[in-house]
Amino acid sequence: MSLARSFSQWRFNGGLLLDTHLAESTQQPVLHSTLPEWLILPLQQHIGTAPKIDVEIGQTVRKGQLLAHADGYISAALHAPSSGVITALEERPIAHPSGLSALCLILHTDGRDEWDALPPPIADYKTADPLTLRQRIRQAGIVGLGGAAFPTSVKLNPVPTTPIQLLILNGAECEPYITCDDMLMCERAHDLIGGVLIMRYMLSVEEVIIGVEDNKPEACAALEAALEKFGAEAGGIAVRQVPTIYPTGGEKQLIRVLTGQEVPSNGLPADIGVICQNVGTAVAVYEAVTQGRPLISRYITVTGSGIQQPRVMEALIGTPISELVHQCGGYTEAAQRLIVGGPMMGFAVPSDEVPIVKGANCILVATTAELAPPVPAMPCIRCGACADVCPADLLPQQLYWHAKTKDFDKVADYHLFDCIECGCCAAVCPSHIPLVQYYRFAKTEIWARERERQQADLARQRHEFRLERLERDKREKETKLRKRKEALQQKSAEKTDDTKKEVIEAAVKRAKAKKASQKTADPVAPVSDPVGIAESLDSVSQDRDA
Amino acid sequence: MLTAIIALSALAGIFGLLLGFAAVQFRVEGDPVADQIDALLPQTQCGQCSYPGCRPYAEAIAAGEAEINQCPPGGEAGVRALAELLGREPIPLNAENGVEKPKALAVIDEATCIGCTLCIQACPVDAILGAPKLMHTIIAQECTGCELCIPPCPVDCISMVPVKETVENWKWPYPDAPAPLAATAERVESEQSSSPVAA
Repeated sequence: MSLARSFSQWRFNGGLLLDTHLAESTQQPVLHSTLPEWLILPLQQHIGTAPKIDVEIGQTVRKGQLLAHADGYISAALHAPSSGVITALEERPIAHPSGLSALCLILHTDGRDEWDALPPPIADYKTADPLTLRQRIRQAGIVGLGGAAFPTSVKLNPVPTTPIQLLILNGAECEPYITCDDMLMCERAHDLIGGVLIMRYMLSVEEVIIGVEDNKPEACAALEAALEKFGAEAGGIAVRQVPTIYPTGGEKQLIRVLTGQEVPSNGLPADIGVICQNVGTAVAVYEAVTQGRPLISRYITVTGSGIQQPRVMEALIGTPISELVHQCGGYTEAAQRLIVGGPMMGFAVPSDEVPIVKGANCILVATTAELAPPVPAMPCIRCGACADVCPADLLPQQLYWHAKTKDFDKVADYHLFDCIECGCCAAVCPSHIPLVQYYRFAKTEIWARERERQQADLARQRHEFRLERLERDKREKETKLRKRKEALQQKSAEKTDDTKKEVIEAAVKRAKAKKASQKTADPVAPVSDPVGIAESLDSVSQDRDA
Repeated sequence: MLTAIIALSALAGIFGLLLGFAAVQFRVEGDPVADQIDALLPQTQCGQCSYPGCRPYAEAIAAGEAEINQCPPGGEAGVRALAELLGREPIPLNAENGVEKPKALAVIDEATCIGCTLCIQACPVDAILGAPKLMHTIIAQECTGCELCIPPCPVDCISMVPVKETVENWKWPYPDAPAPLAATAERVESEQSSSPVAA
């Protein structure tokens, strides 16, 4: 425990000291969830494009089989969490603040839980090329398990603007109630360090800091013990305790606390030579490399006063929430609100039939005493409490005024996109203004405008092209017409009217001669033949054609 | 006296030359104001503004011939953006030009389509694909929802379908406005109840 002392040389501004509620769900070991009958697998579980489906409806799949492959660079593959039959591809409600449905693969499990052939394990990561390792991580469908679900293979391939000098492992699970990373660090410390070594090798950095909040001493002890076991191989990896202040677990906040450096506005940690990964992601990387196992399960906290036996579970991706709640003893009578995520940043879901996804870290079933429903907002009194607690050093009040008047350019000027939506400002607001909701509203509105702008640019381009094309067509038609006219004039100049007249006269003569001969033969017979002019004209036109 | 006149004339001449040179050297092609206005318009090319497209409308605004509130697809937000650009006060949309509607895309009922190509000729962004006497279809990504293809269709097989809300394009709703102060609310209530009309 020598290294693992509270490390408070640096800190970020603001933040809150919250009641952590960790004890409820950390009393019992991690429960491996039993196999549910149905698994609902949303295609889009990550940031980036949705993967392309590789299976057919009615197809039997085995555990770990690829269901959909990554489509594009920023995308993630999806695997079957158990064996069974794909029964449908349909829209199902998913865990999303909108409450909307999205395309999901439905897997009816067969209970056998048979593994598919997995890619061969890479026993010694040092013999493998970093590119091979990255490919393996990409094929395993690993995304950041801290919540943002950004594809890990992309994050491990930073654009070399600044050389990466430091890898930070984020074990500062700061939001109240959430304990899945805490339990993971305690139970899977060995695998975690194994994953850290692989990622360190891939990024070719020396220094690694595992940041853990100082309210998780067992996790620190477990990590220290694992580090000792690895011995010299794990040299350069340090476990550091950070003060328990919400939101230390925010990527930028943790970097500030551990290094004193600030990630630039609109920038990434890689811009200052730092890569930050969640501890759960490290375990997933270890499993993918050393066992070939794709990401098909994750640790998730099921907690709150609304749960009979709150605990951390290892659940298969796609398990409906109701199934997990059932395995935790069901709901208590006090259960009133169902939240996916924590009490600060999570969102309510309307039904417990929604599945858990790769980025889901907590299911919170709260009573109204724990999590009061929103009270009517009062006007802002400009007390400035929000600015005092903002961990991103923003001006929440200014953001609020401009978001409220829908002045989106101004909100963006006040660095709206540096807001991490931690909810500190709304928590301290004496007027109970739903500040974060205003920021989220402004963010999605600005994104929508950006999309509209792009569409308008495309439409303008196409419209201009169309006008140009019509103009060109008109020009071409005119030149064609002119040319034809000229050609006609030339031809008619060649064959003058005189020649025509001559032909007609000759025909008339011929007809007269015929008539005369007919009269002598049969004077009563009617004139049936139209004097043969047509015939002779025909011959003329034939001449012309020839 | 003479020196002053000469000096001033010389200065005038120099500055005149400078200005003339600048006018030639730094000449701006096109109309930058119209360009900026055009960049804010939604490019549906629908003609609801009574001009034959977004660019002519932008030029009319720049020339001061049109108001900034004649574009229903741009909506209130569009009016606000134009007002900000031109330093004017935002005004409500002119109802004569139409009303702001949720974005919709045109969809051809392919069973009814007779392949007359009239809609293809009407589409300002070439978003309709088809050939004479063959079924037509609309490229959804390129449709601006201008509705110009609907009137020419002789068999009424084109309908406007509102864009479906998905997880990707969903927007957080605007939070409910803060409630009035309790004291104010009470006062309003008591005023209402005491007024003879309300009673």
